[in-house]
Amino acid sequence: MAVPRFWREIPQRYNLEGTECPKCGKKYFPPKSVCDSCRRESIGKMKKVKMSGKGKIYTYTVIHVGSSMFQLQTPYVMAIIELDEGPRITGQIVDCEINDVKIGMRVESVFRKIGEESKSGVIYYGYKFRLIK
Amino acid sequence: MVGIVSYGAYVPRYRIESKDIAKVWGKDENIGKGLGVFSKSVPGLDEDVATISVEAARNAMKKCSVDPGEIGAVYVGSESHPYAVKPTATIVAEAIGAGPHLTAADYEFACKAGTAAIQTCMGLVSSDMIKYGLAIGSDTSQGAPGDALEYSASAGGAAFLIGKENVIAEINKTYSYTTDTPDFWRRESQKYPSHGGRFTGEPAYFKHVMNCAKGVLEKVGAKPSDYKYAVFHQPNGKFPVRAAKMLGFTSEQIETGLLTPRIGNTYSGATPLGLAAILDVASPGDRIFAVSYGSGAGSDGFDITVTESIERLDRNPTVESFIANSKFIDYATYVRYRKKLHLGGE
Ligand SMILES: [Zn+2]
Repeated sequence: MAVPRFWREIPQRYNLEGTECPKCGKKYFPPKSVCDSCRRESIGKMKKVKMSGKGKIYTYTVIHVGSSMFQLQTPYVMAIIELDEGPRITGQIVDCEINDVKIGMRVESVFRKIGEESKSGVIYYGYKFRLIK
Repeated sequence: MVGIVSYGAYVPRYRIESKDIAKVWGKDENIGKGLGVFSKSVPGLDEDVATISVEAARNAMKKCSVDPGEIGAVYVGSESHPYAVKPTATIVAEAIGAGPHLTAADYEFACKAGTAAIQTCMGLVSSDMIKYGLAIGSDTSQGAPGDALEYSASAGGAAFLIGKENVIAEINKTYSYTTDTPDFWRRESQKYPSHGGRFTGEPAYFKHVMNCAKGVLEKVGAKPSDYKYAVFHQPNGKFPVRAAKMLGFTSEQIETGLLTPRIGNTYSGATPLGLAAILDVASPGDRIFAVSYGSGAGSDGFDITVTESIERLDRNPTVESFIANSKFIDYATYVRYRKKLHLGGE
């Protein structure tokens, strides 16, 4: 990932900032500038909105062989989270025992290191999730 | 009066026991008893000072209704900032929705950088330069494999929102005692710190903590028995107990804020986390005595009085809840988590 792209995406990566259609109330993450349902009527009117970070596990998979950046973390859980606001997003589930993870479990977002460009490069931070006990 | 408006803590979930470290190095498995450190916290692979600071800061902001846009300063004190050049404070500010109309900087003063950040915020708030200031002390410290520090160097942090309105605790006085003392250091690009061995005790920790504590007591005209709680910097489980006793504080007064026996020395996070643990259980009117210590060397002392407002604050998640949420790991996993292992190609 290039540094400028990461920098542009900081509001969404740090704070789950998405958009909301003022007409029908549908929320989008990642942010969209046009509502799927209201189309033209929503252009230029979409509002910025922060997702709560709370949701549930829609589905998940266990990664046993990660890319070199993630090899020290294996095995780990990647899940699709259905946020309470509606959007579904992909994220890692941290601080859990792999066998404890089940579909439908409640989760909340946490702030973690997502990766780094290289040993001397920029560090990327953003959201991951943990189980709510 | 200037004081603490809100506060938040964070301690990573992983722990390693002193006896498991001792086993690897062929040392006496009862070494933990000698140090007063039985287990210490270990950060996950994706945790560092920025993530710990953000979690602590978010926990502080969640407890109160202060608009992050009203925060005029963010200072993060640590000796393990993720970047040598590039502030941690800007990451924290962005992640709590503060800024861009604020000033921010990182602080370094061994284990007392967090209390130095509190003092800076007190000054800015008292002089009405800012309405609120956020001060954080946080670390993911490391000891060289086999070194005495490996049993204690751990990870954690706490954040304090400093302001004048609706304070849950008034800071009546702060006083510092500082000299140039080379008891512990780390040169640029060195992974692990060096220390002066026995030199770290009397002329360093005790001299500064005792003089600072006596200075605070003298300036406010108080005696140890006037305080409900006391917290001292805790590089191990022994030094703070001895310092407290020498000053005339009882073990009941220091018990709540003494966390090192269970989570190790969180460096810049140590006194702030101890203070947070005390605020978690304190009642209106309770007086708290706090003295940090940073090698190099200096101590920051505080005289604090808890107000009625603390009863309106939801104090969860508490420091004790983070300590209770623990997963013990063995030395091999610890080595992997702390990246003490060098993989080919790195
Ligand atoms: Zn719509």
